Order: sequence, then structure tokens, then C-alpha cells
Amino acid sequence: MSETAEKARQSVLRAIDEYNGSEERTIPRSTEAVLLGPGGVVDSLGLVRFIVIVERCVEDDFEIAVSLTDEKALSERNSPFRSVGALVDYIAACLAPRP
Amino acid sequence: MSPTRTMLITGTRKGIGRHLAEYYVGRGYRVFGCSRGEPDEPLAGYEHFRTDVTDEAGVKELFRQLRARGDRLDVLINNAGIASMNHVLLTPMKTVERVFATNVFGTFLFCREAARLMSADRRGGRIVNFATVATPLRLEGEAIYAASKAAVESLTRIMAREFAPFGITVNAVGPTPVATDLIRSVPKEKIDALIARQAIRRMGELRDISNVIDFFLREESDFVTGQVVFLGGV
Repeated sequence: MSETAEKARQSVLRAIDEYNGSEERTIPRSTEAVLLGPGGVVDSLGLVRFIVIVERCVEDDFEIAVSLTDEKALSERNSPFRSVGALVDYIAACLAPRP
Repeated sequence: MSPTRTMLITGTRKGIGRHLAEYYVGRGYRVFGCSRGEPDEPLAGYEHFRTDVTDEAGVKELFRQLRARGDRLDVLINNAGIASMNHVLLTPMKTVERVFATNVFGTFLFCREAARLMSADRRGGRIVNFATVATPLRLEGEAIYAASKAAVESLTRIMAREFAPFGITVNAVGPTPVATDLIRSVPKEKIDALIARQAIRRMGELRDISNVIDFFLREESDFVTGQVVFLGGV
């Protein structure tokens, strides 16, 4: 796992901790955790809350303003919000240093 | 003792925005403001950001800075706005884009970022947007301005529902003409004709606007959201 991906994973785990501290339905601290769809652990409003927290944690850790819900993310065939692992991969790809 | 309440006002360099900054500093708020330029006069208790409300990256950076410093936000007042009077047949597309960029897109951007910040500590907050009597009065010559503010009304009513689970109320005040730069170029007879259509026939004053905002900000107004209050009985 690249340095950026590991940092993104830590940001998402921190976001999960914050989310779980205030919600009844908690998100497992695992990249295997399914967020949306069959077996998903959040409802639509929960996903909104979670993404807002994730963006905040990523902004804090990477010290840049990010938006994880651009048209690219919303139009991808496999949603980057389907699981914790997919979200980590998506954030890492968004923040990877450009050659 | 309750902590100092914080407020962000857009378009604070002059006019209504400047008045509101002075008024709410006077009422004990810590006030942040923004505009494309620097304010003419400094104001104790007020901090200015040079931000174009239509620039998404700049707006996000403003909120990132507030959060990075540990500042929370209790109130957002979306005052920044521009008007353009012209017959539709003589209105350039550039004007339409400019008016919508400031009045609609700017309001949207600040509401979105403010709601994210307000929801962070689960204390909620209050958002007040600016509508105009030009919309319900269907003023000829103000089609683009009125249409942009009609969009703000819709944003206000729908965001009120979407933000309610986060403890954030969203309302709007719809002023009549007030003597500011915004209407400086409007002929007097136009203003007189507009005032004649109000139930209470006088120019609006700055205190009329802050009075409605005060109502939206009252602690007891936490059950008031999605409302647009027009002044002057329009």
C-alpha cells in the first residue's frame, strides 16, 4: 500500500470512529465493511453524514480542501462509496501525486 | 456563561453587509465576513476574508481555514448579491451568468460549506439567505435578478428540509428597496412605483432587515425553517 493510500486509510478509520461515536448504526473499522447496498451498514442520510466527516478528516490530514462527491465519483459504474475499502482506494487515487 | 457566538456574513465590504457586520459585532457576535475586496474601514471584533463567493476553491479554503483554527460557526448570512436592471431583449448572456453566479451559486456554496461546518460538532446552526420583493412583484426590468432570487427561495425551502436533521434552520428575508449601492442606478420613478405596490409605502431601512434576521436567530425560533419573510407587506 502506498504512503498516500495508508494515510487515506487512517483518515477513513478516524472518520469511522467519529461517526460511530454519534450514530446508532455503526460502521465496522474494516476495509471489508460494506457501506451501501445489500449488507450495507448506513442509510442514505447516514452516508451523507459519513462522507462529510470523511472529507473533513481527509482535509485535516492532507491539509487541502477536497470534494469526494464530484461528477466523476457519482458516475462511476462501481460507486466509491460502496465499501470502506473502495472509499480508501478512491481517496488515494484522488490524492495521489501527479507525475 | 455561554461562549461567544460566531457569524459569517457574505458581501460585507459595504451596504447591507457592512451594516450587518457592525450590528452583530455590537450585539456581541464574533463576525467573519468576505468580499472580493478589502473593507474600507477596519472593525473591531470583525475579521475579513478576501473571497469571491463564486469561486468554489476559494470558498472551501475559507471554511477550511476557519475549521483548522478551531472556529465553529453558529450563523451564516448570505448577503452577497448583485442586481442588473434591463429589458430581457437587451440583456447579454454574460449578465445572466454573472447574476446567477453570485446570487445562486454563491448562496449554494456558502450554505453547503457552512452546513458541513455546523454539523461537525452537532450543535446545528442558523442560515439566513436573501430573497427580494422583485420576485413576488414580478418587476419588469428585473427578470434576471428576480429569477435568481426565486432560485434562492427554492434553495432555502429545500435546504431547510435537508439540513433539518442536522439541527440547522434555513430561512430568507426579502427586503424592499433600501438606499444602498445596489439600487443607486435605478431611476427614482421606478423606485416610487415599486414602493406604491407595497402595503406599507416607504423605503426599507437597514433595521427592518436586521429585525427579521434577529427573529430567525432567536433561540426560540428553532422551529422556524424554510420561511421567506418579505418586508413592506409584499
